[in-house]
Amino acid sequence: MKPAPFEYSRPASLDEACALLKADDSARLIAGGQTLVPLMAMRLARPTRLIDIARLPGLAYIHEQGGEIAIGAITKQHVVESDPLVRAKLPLLAMAMPHVGHTATRARGTVGGSLANADSAAEIVLVAATLGATLRWRDGGEARDIAAADFFVGPMVTALPQTACLVEARFPAWSEPHVGVGFHEINARASDFAFVSAAAQVALDAEGRCTRAAIGIGAATAIPLRLDGVAQSLHGARFDESKVRDAVKAALAGIEPMADLHASAAYRRRVAATLAVRAIGDAFRAAARRS
Amino acid sequence: MKVELDINNEKHAVEVEPRMSLLDCLRDKLLLNGAHAGCEHGVCGACTVLIDGAAVRSCLMFAVQADGYAITTIEGLSPGPGELSPIQDAFCETHGMQCGYCTPAMILAAHALLSKNSQPTRDEIVEAISGNICRCTGYAQIVEAIALAAERMRGQNIKTGQP
Ligand code: FES
Ligand code: FES
Repeated sequence: MKPAPFEYSRPASLDEACALLKADDSARLIAGGQTLVPLMAMRLARPTRLIDIARLPGLAYIHEQGGEIAIGAITKQHVVESDPLVRAKLPLLAMAMPHVGHTATRARGTVGGSLANADSAAEIVLVAATLGATLRWRDGGEARDIAAADFFVGPMVTALPQTACLVEARFPAWSEPHVGVGFHEINARASDFAFVSAAAQVALDAEGRCTRAAIGIGAATAIPLRLDGVAQSLHGARFDESKVRDAVKAALAGIEPMADLHASAAYRRRVAATLAVRAIGDAFRAAARRS
Repeated sequence: MKVELDINNEKHAVEVEPRMSLLDCLRDKLLLNGAHAGCEHGVCGACTVLIDGAAVRSCLMFAVQADGYAITTIEGLSPGPGELSPIQDAFCETHGMQCGYCTPAMILAAHALLSKNSQPTRDEIVEAISGNICRCTGYAQIVEAIALAAERMRGQNIKTGQP
């Protein structure tokens, strides 16, 4: 359990970090290192150089801008977890954060690290996909924004170019007065990798009818799955559990869930439906309470 | 590479390979053996230390990344030679350990919790140590120890910030 040798650099600026990435194909960025270091310890990853951006100035922040909450890539997960702005404006992320790893890994792990690692079982990845976050990277002097839906392209594969550094994630903050969220996941031990996870956010009008919904399933498929059809079907409706269950089941009938030692494809499909219905129900009830 | 580490309020200059974990550096270079090496890949929590007061796995950090932080190991918790901190005391009293392998990490995780939250609920205690594996006790006495320490520290009005 000892990593292979590597060189270590700690650049003083983003430009310098990008230049170091460009100079060496096998160099990797490290921020919190809570996924990369175990992979290195098991020698599943053998970077020739680690470029440490954990303390780069100006990349750790949470602020509101134009209806979105912008989170700097190296913002620590435990900071997000207890941030008042995230609690107030991004209740879905706030609800998912305690499920991200353990207390001790959230103290080092970063938001950008989790997104760039793009594990479908990762809660931050699921929330970004469900809410349709916008991610920003810097490649040398160039900055580019990309929708989460285009960023996550495969199992732990993203559209991020080899020489680029993820710098920010912007999550839309819903401004409706009655917004509620639900989040559920199932795993062997609290905070271990999810076998299946489900996230839902709904906005209701004063009569309790849905005006907007976003629903996502994590860990069942290689990249998080958005149930946009189900979200559409909720429009103008109050929560009707059996109707929602039918819609979710129909949406999941066509997917090919992953299978492994812990959970078969059939199990994942069944549990994904159950958790999604629960998350949607929670979201409706929470939104109704906010009146 | 040279790196200067601030451990238990003392500065240590050490020469390390970049690939040396903070855990190995503490144990092998500085002979601070209270941080235990269990899995060495972030699963068991035995290697927990405090970084600026937060519980962190020292096997998931390289020593070269750790300069400039206040690092606290179990060796830094006791108030004086031969004395125990209130949390350590409580672990003895409630039999919060058997083989002791997980114990330094459990105590540091408890310390991080109690320095932020002087009145933790049972759930909060369980959550705080949920990343730390114990193969002996069944956890009940560990939870009891932390609750007892919390109660005593409240009673004695002991400062619960940085040690
Ligand atoms: S030795 Fe660090 S978590 Fe197991
Ligand atoms: S006391 Fe033996 S592992 Fe916890």
